[in-house]
Amino acid sequence: MLSFIRKRSVASLISLAGLIVMVFFLSRMTGDPASLFLPVEASAEMKQQFRELHGLNDPLLVQFSRYVGDVVTGDLGESYRKARPALDVVTEAFVWTLWLAVITMSLVTSAAIVVGSLAAFRSGGFFDRTASMLSLIGASVPDFWLAIVAIVVFSVNLHWLPTSGTGSVLHWILPISVLFVRPFGIIVQVVRGSMIGALSSAYVKTARAKGVRSGPIIFIHALRNAMLPVITVIGDQAASLLNGAVIVETIFGFPGVGKLMIDSILQRDFNVVLAAILVTALAIFLMNLLIDLCYALLDPRIRH
Amino acid sequence: MAEHLLDVRNLSVEFHTASGVVKAVRNISYHLDRGETLAILGESGSGKSVSSAAIMNLIDMPPGRITSGEIFLDGVDLLTMKPQDRRAVNGKRIAMIFQDPLSHLNPVYPVGWQIREAMTAHGLSKDAAEAEALRLLGRVGIPDPQAAMDKYPHQFSGGQRQRVMIAMALALRPDLLIADEPTTALDVTVQAEVLALLKELQREIGMGVLIITHDLGVVAEIADRVVVMEKGALVESGTVREVYKNPKHPYTRRLIAAAPGKGAMHEDEAKGEMLLSVRDVRKTYGAFAALKGVSFDLMAGQTLAIVGESGSGKSTLARVLLRLDEPDSGQALWKGRDLFQLSPKELYRLRRDLQMVFQDPTQSLNPRMTVFQLVSEAWVIHPDILPKAKWRERVAELLVQVGLSPDHMRRYPHQFSGGQRQRIAIARALALEPRLIICDEAVSALDVSVQAQVIELLDRLRKDTGISFIFIAHDLPVVRDFADQVMVMQKGEIVEIGGVRQIFDAPREPYTRALLAASLDPDPDIQAAHRARRA
Repeated sequence: MLSFIRKRSVASLISLAGLIVMVFFLSRMTGDPASLFLPVEASAEMKQQFRELHGLNDPLLVQFSRYVGDVVTGDLGESYRKARPALDVVTEAFVWTLWLAVITMSLVTSAAIVVGSLAAFRSGGFFDRTASMLSLIGASVPDFWLAIVAIVVFSVNLHWLPTSGTGSVLHWILPISVLFVRPFGIIVQVVRGSMIGALSSAYVKTARAKGVRSGPIIFIHALRNAMLPVITVIGDQAASLLNGAVIVETIFGFPGVGKLMIDSILQRDFNVVLAAILVTALAIFLMNLLIDLCYALLDPRIRH
Repeated sequence: MAEHLLDVRNLSVEFHTASGVVKAVRNISYHLDRGETLAILGESGSGKSVSSAAIMNLIDMPPGRITSGEIFLDGVDLLTMKPQDRRAVNGKRIAMIFQDPLSHLNPVYPVGWQIREAMTAHGLSKDAAEAEALRLLGRVGIPDPQAAMDKYPHQFSGGQRQRVMIAMALALRPDLLIADEPTTALDVTVQAEVLALLKELQREIGMGVLIITHDLGVVAEIADRVVVMEKGALVESGTVREVYKNPKHPYTRRLIAAAPGKGAMHEDEAKGEMLLSVRDVRKTYGAFAALKGVSFDLMAGQTLAIVGESGSGKSTLARVLLRLDEPDSGQALWKGRDLFQLSPKELYRLRRDLQMVFQDPTQSLNPRMTVFQLVSEAWVIHPDILPKAKWRERVAELLVQVGLSPDHMRRYPHQFSGGQRQRIAIARALALEPRLIICDEAVSALDVSVQAQVIELLDRLRKDTGISFIFIAHDLPVVRDFADQVMVMQKGEIVEIGGVRQIFDAPREPYTRALLAASLDPDPDIQAAHRARRA
């Protein structure tokens, strides 16, 4: 197991390094941060001063080697905008996103497993057909549309929930609900398909021949086997939330890492962009490791 | 009239499928008493497993439907019971073991847990079930039962897994045990052990055993009475001896005639030119030595049978000869050139001469290609064999050669039976006009009567075209009527190699003798004599 983790870490480090190189040079190609940061009427001198302050005048390769040296020592630089360490800015936003992702995915996973399993148990029945139709709609609805409709209905017309921002529990309800829909639709379908396979498997036949009740057959015998492909999809969906649900965060003015990334790109706040990418990449790496551990936990054949 | 333990009367079962209603079982009746063993004998599609699934309430309804009949267990009809009473019967009064224990055991739970569940599902306390599970594992002959309790199914051998299944089935000392092809997936020597264990436990518990099988040898070894099924109908029943010695129904007669290992063996013919000379081939996978120095010669027009149990290295040998796997060392001279030294380009040309037919034609034929595409694909890859204008004609010829008809060309693999699919696979191999065809368990998945036909076909092709065959099998009688040379392998080594008559009439090595002794003879008298000798 340890050697497995080591191998995965090395592979991830390599892709992370590639990512840094790419983002570093691509972001420099978008233009000069000084022209965006300073007022339009700022003199060339002031711009020059700004660039000097942040080392933007040096040749690109020099800038890059300096950046890499800093990253290795744990220094991700300063945000040009906020005049604070970029890492602090990013972690602050990332905690919001992490909470949003964890709560949403917990709800999605538990709901999808129950709905998908029951649909599979009586596949072709009324519940199954309803669930399949709803999950198909859920998986296909664009989240920006859903977010806007939700704001119009629940905030503007009904005045039940705040339109955006943070502050109270009520502020969380709309973003979570909107983010819930698509992963739920996708995961229900995967659970259902996987469970239909598991329920028609030979070991379920054995359990029935032993006289085991339906409940344990579904949730003990079949579900654990059916979860293997489901976990992969859960991981995928969770990763896209951890990346920052860019559109939904922006629409709801949610101070997460997705919104931060968009803002920093638009403002050419390079250090923050790079720090955000490093942090989310690390988070996704850790989550994939967690998924692999879940695999091993669920299936002894992978363990041995 | 005294009540039978199990009394199936006028049972009919149908399945509603996309292509219409299939009458899987039509009006069949049989009965079974305590301490007795009844065999249901039939080939695939005969409906032999369906009646037992009805007894166990394992038929999914829909698509299945029981349209008539009763199933009495000690006089009580199982089909009209309340669901909760019905569930209490399963596992407690009737238990079942299946063909493929690996897929029938839950892969993600320890076997101790699974055996325990058979008891806790019927109200036993966890501790009592734990102790009993441990005792049972020891009873069925699993070494170190305490450690085995926490192991998972994949950590056991095939034979051990079936022993685990038996332990689980017999946990509550049922009145009736249903065994659906319990030894079909096992090696012959393991099969003999498992059948012996079943008999022993039957005496101990006094249960009735209903065994479902396609194998006359298994019937002769274990059953008292037999019913023969064909296409959902029960065509014959009686004591095993009666039915074998004096079969009344033509189908039963055909089945008995098709049993392998009864025909005339090939004479040691004058040898042709040397085709393949294999010297000291070795192959290891990690620490496991699959081939430990194998050498043999194959002459043109000759059939070499390679017989061995699982783990003997016979399939590895085939893969290495085809260069699907690279050997660690050794030589294989093909027309004077070492196969193992060929460059990829030379190898590509060689593929024409060396073809393979696999065990499962359902998997080895692409389901989305027509028979024409499947057979002619070889010419797409090797365009110099045949101009495109002649493809259709040649495919038709090949199909006729393997006993199919030219208008089968447009159909897809799923429209054929298992035996027909294997014929398609053979036609595909023949398309390249090979010098050698390697058949890896090519008839093992087929019904006995179909098996006999395919073997006959291969032998005819050998005579007509002078093709050589390497024929890999796990069962000796299958190769008896067909092979010129027989090579017996065990654990990566050749145990014995010789002419077919020498191997069968005068085996030199104890392992060959053990394999022959473990092969079940369809004749109940011969099988009884074997048993007496063993005792």
